[in-house]
Amino acid sequence: MGFKETGVITPRELEEKGLLPPKERLEKGPVVIIECPEEIPCNICVDACPFNAIIMDKIYEIPRVQWDKCTGCGTCVPQCPGLAIFVVDLSKPDKALLTLPYEFKPEPTKGAEVDLLDREGRVVGKGKIVNARVYDKTWAVTVEIPRDKWLEVRGIWIPRK
Amino acid sequence: MSTRDYRIYDHPIIDFRRGRKITFYFEDKVIEAYEGESILAALYAVGIRIFSWSPKLSRPRGAFCMIGKCSSCLATVDGIPNKRICIEPVREGIRVYRQKGLPETPNVKQIEELDTVEVETDLLVIGGGPAGLQAALTASKLGLNVVIVNDHYKLGGQLVKQTHRFFGARQFNGGMRGFKIAEMLEEKIRKQNNIKVYTQALAYGYFKGGIVGVAVRGPKPVNLLVKPKAIVAATGASEKGLTFENNDLPGVMGAGGAQTLMNEYGVLPGEKALIIGSGNVGLIIAYQLMQAGAKVQAIAEILPKIGGWFVHAAKIRRYGVKILTRHTITKAIGETHVEKAVLQMVDENFRPVPGTEKEFDVDLVLLSVGLTPDTRFFSQAGAVMKWIPELGGLTPIRTRYLETSVEGLYIAGDAAGIEEATTAFIEGEIAGLSAAIKLGVDKKEAYERREKLLDYLWNEYRMSPVVERSRIGKLKATVSEEEMEKIRRGL
Repeated sequence: MGFKETGVITPRELEEKGLLPPKERLEKGPVVIIECPEEIPCNICVDACPFNAIIMDKIYEIPRVQWDKCTGCGTCVPQCPGLAIFVVDLSKPDKALLTLPYEFKPEPTKGAEVDLLDREGRVVGKGKIVNARVYDKTWAVTVEIPRDKWLEVRGIWIPRK
Repeated sequence: MSTRDYRIYDHPIIDFRRGRKITFYFEDKVIEAYEGESILAALYAVGIRIFSWSPKLSRPRGAFCMIGKCSSCLATVDGIPNKRICIEPVREGIRVYRQKGLPETPNVKQIEELDTVEVETDLLVIGGGPAGLQAALTASKLGLNVVIVNDHYKLGGQLVKQTHRFFGARQFNGGMRGFKIAEMLEEKIRKQNNIKVYTQALAYGYFKGGIVGVAVRGPKPVNLLVKPKAIVAATGASEKGLTFENNDLPGVMGAGGAQTLMNEYGVLPGEKALIIGSGNVGLIIAYQLMQAGAKVQAIAEILPKIGGWFVHAAKIRRYGVKILTRHTITKAIGETHVEKAVLQMVDENFRPVPGTEKEFDVDLVLLSVGLTPDTRFFSQAGAVMKWIPELGGLTPIRTRYLETSVEGLYIAGDAAGIEEATTAFIEGEIAGLSAAIKLGVDKKEAYERREKLLDYLWNEYRMSPVVERSRIGKLKATVSEEEMEKIRRGL
């Protein structure tokens, strides 16, 4: 079953669609992963990128990242209408940093412990918020997660007090 | 009556700005409300779920469409029957009674004698949603006098309840949240002093000589007779229903209806929901329900594949919402309100498979099984219509400049066939430009802009594979100028 049947894209499908950064690039530092595998008529990410690292010839093409131009700044993360953009940083040996969009209450705060969710909403561990910035009510939250879970975790849930 | 307050006070996206606190009477009981709410929203907020009873079997009727298109909420307000209280603003001291079946003839003494006011204008725009507002702005900037009539008391159409950022290109408001776009457009409209806006104004008929009758309700009701040189009708769409046992129980609601309650008025439509249909509307409402603090038990999709865009599906799957493909609803259970609902698997012919029943504990069943263009005005005006399944049903044929077979009557937005918000803006602009050109605005820029928009619409935007269905539909609805001339002359 593919992502159109399940609503969940597998790492293999991401790979096949060319949506994953090369391994060398991943280890260098933060880099964007755009999980947008369909030809949707939308190019907000192209305009959002301050480094012109995202390209699209026609409005409905799948966004392509020029890995060498992407700095992993995350400006695009909260601007994507599909909430489909993540930033992964594997430059530290003992952990991974993941930046993801977040639009729920309570608001994220630095230092908070959160549940880490995979693409099916299963809790796969705990993480810590190390940074949170907001753009027009959408948060771009950076969480510290176990290094081996960088391709698995795609959501967070902040427990209500 | 429950004493619970269903209003939402803590929301990640919307700051609900409620008006002054007021009171009104509902069947002689005092109800507190906020100015700006619809009567229905105010009643829903205090736990009332039945708004009328059906004429034949006295079955309870709940909220369904919430945009004045269905007849679930017909009530008597200050002695006047058959008011759609979903688009009637609450006012201090009014008296509201639910209707059981057909109402009594109204006491004519209670209805003030109406003045008839005649208005001449260049362009009449029917509908204050994205397509209508864009058409009005475009024409007014080219120097035309414009009158907008809108049946709701607020402008913006369905934009007002869209909390997500719009897709598309920045030049067509991509990246902005829907309700922010509505605010922006309204502000622009208010700045144009050649646009006159009538809200709570229903275009009830098209008459000889191209005159349009408009019932302007609200505090100063008038019978408006508009004589325009051209008309853009952007009358939108309404949600489709679905056949299953107890599909009329309060708590079975259009997904858009729930969106209206939740995002426009800040009232929680229910606590545990089942969503039927996995198109973009169904996927988006699931996410929005969670944002408002409700639980989504599952989304049922009758086809083997998810209907909407993957990114919308991924967004809710990430929070654990299941999408059950090859499933449909076969039953809602409850006395006066939905308490449970049953899903069943379907075979390749979409027939429920016995023994696959799954029961869910829910108080809300949201139907997102498609929209149908609201083309009543066009039918009555005598426009030639065509049944186009890809567009949701019956819609007028039109030229590429969006003129229908009734000369000078243009169409744009969902009335022209169900599509996306971006195309509503673009079609609105094309219709506005076309009307202006027809009325003699002889500006090179107008022609050039129109060609550019048409090129982008047909040769780029609609070439996306994910909007193929609506592109096919729009192709079927579009005829050449020559062909339209023949149709007009009855050849």
